[in-house]
Amino acid sequence: MLLKRRVLLKIKETLIERLLFFCSLLSVFTTLGIILVLSFETFEFFKEVPVLKFLTDTQWTPLFINKHFGILPLLSGTFLTTLIAMLVAMPVGLVGAVYLSEYSSLKVRNIVKPLLEILAAVPTVVYGYFALLFLTPLLKKIIPSLSGFNALSSGMVMGIMIIPLIVSLSEDAMRAVPMGLREGAYAVGSNRLQVSFRIVLPAALSGIIAAFILAVSRAIGETMIVAIAAGQQPKLTLNPLVPVETITAYIVQISLGDTPHGTLEYRTIFACGMSLFILTFILNMLSFKLKRRFQEVYE
Amino acid sequence: MQNPTFEIKAMRASYGAKEVLKGIDINILSNSVTAIIGPSGCGKSTFIRSLNRINDLIPNFHASGDILYRGEDIYSGDVDVVDLRRRIGMVFQKPNPFPKSIYDNIAYVLRVHGFDMREMIDEIVEKSLRKAALWDEVKDNLKQNALTLSGGQQQRLCIARTLAIEPEVLLFDEPCSALDPISTAKVEELIHQLKQNYTIVIVTHNMQQAARVSDHSAFFLMGELIEFGKTQDIFTKPVDARTEAYITGRFG
Repeated sequence: MLLKRRVLLKIKETLIERLLFFCSLLSVFTTLGIILVLSFETFEFFKEVPVLKFLTDTQWTPLFINKHFGILPLLSGTFLTTLIAMLVAMPVGLVGAVYLSEYSSLKVRNIVKPLLEILAAVPTVVYGYFALLFLTPLLKKIIPSLSGFNALSSGMVMGIMIIPLIVSLSEDAMRAVPMGLREGAYAVGSNRLQVSFRIVLPAALSGIIAAFILAVSRAIGETMIVAIAAGQQPKLTLNPLVPVETITAYIVQISLGDTPHGTLEYRTIFACGMSLFILTFILNMLSFKLKRRFQEVYE
Repeated sequence: MQNPTFEIKAMRASYGAKEVLKGIDINILSNSVTAIIGPSGCGKSTFIRSLNRINDLIPNFHASGDILYRGEDIYSGDVDVVDLRRRIGMVFQKPNPFPKSIYDNIAYVLRVHGFDMREMIDEIVEKSLRKAALWDEVKDNLKQNALTLSGGQQQRLCIARTLAIEPEVLLFDEPCSALDPISTAKVEELIHQLKQNYTIVIVTHNMQQAARVSDHSAFFLMGELIEFGKTQDIFTKPVDARTEAYITGRFG
């Protein structure tokens, strides 16, 4: 009797273990599935369009009669909006992180941190309309030549969107700097500003850079804001005042349009998706490595 | 008797509601080494960390009473804490060099205080490292990261860093607790030499160390000062039974 119960228990244990294992595998298989589909369709695409052409042609017109498949205009759009976003997010995010980590009282931090997380939870479509209907008209009063769709306002709003990410991750990195280091610096008569920027910040640098890289990767992959407010004109330009199209915005355009499945036009989005995937994958790996190196120093 | 460097009367200190120092009266004499001994949790670290107000960094810390440094109340509102800490140097339990080069560890301290002439900084870096008996070991590797040094070398670098701005007082908070015996001997030897020019306060849980390096000893227990006197007297003929019990190793 006792033996039977024990065997039953053992079977139950094994079943639960298997179930948990399966759940964890699910996400791994999903990722693998995505990579497989992406690779297959990309491979089909490059059968018809040479890779070199894809990487060097300066025009992107897959939907026109005179077809060109150069990713550069989409890359420049992505690069431009990301650059503007980072120019906004890096200084603001860093100063915010320094404030929260080195200056603010416990009380303030306990209020501000959750608020930032709420900011991070705003749906990006809201940010998109904020850029299109609020920021662009506002900027137009200062820069009359600004187009209704442009890289500037969508990039700036994207920057606002990733500020919480930078603040949160950089603050974590700075707080991980051992208290002893701060004490040592204060004990030789440093003031708060010197401790923050000459001791804590350099000590947390690799963690902060990791946060920046992750933010870049987030900006590159951001879709809704640029699809709504940056326009849909693939143009090889670094002018922030005119409409541009990012890789992600192009994918949205095709996915929502009436391009028939299985055609070359349709496959372009997989080639674009693959480029995006490789780009963000490299950035995330870099960020991960930097973060680990940072942890090694202080453990 | 010389003028005391610190005159402390009815000093109390607490973290939130927890009182850890319950009325301390003590005078710390100039150009001598005062050891603070006592079992863990007796308040000796809190005491020494209050003398340069480094404990201000801990939220909810509060100190009261008269804590006079050269006649000036260091907890009064108009004290410049940054200047106070420049004059009262501190070496910590765990070596805490900055993650910079050996040279920059000292140069940082100088730059913070407005030195910017290259030759002058070079000169003081060498002088401080010599004073801390570290120069010969590191003179060829000044650009090397300080974190690659051994624990004992790191601690001597922290001492050099503190000496660079010529403080008047040196506070040592269990400076050897993370070091091996050979490094400990070097640091003790250093304290012995520094005594001629500085007023030194050292917290230690090692009674042999207190006996070796100090002129005066103060025995703390549960936030109170039990006994204070010449080290020789404290260790050979303690007045209080509790001091005797601690020194002979009956508790601690």
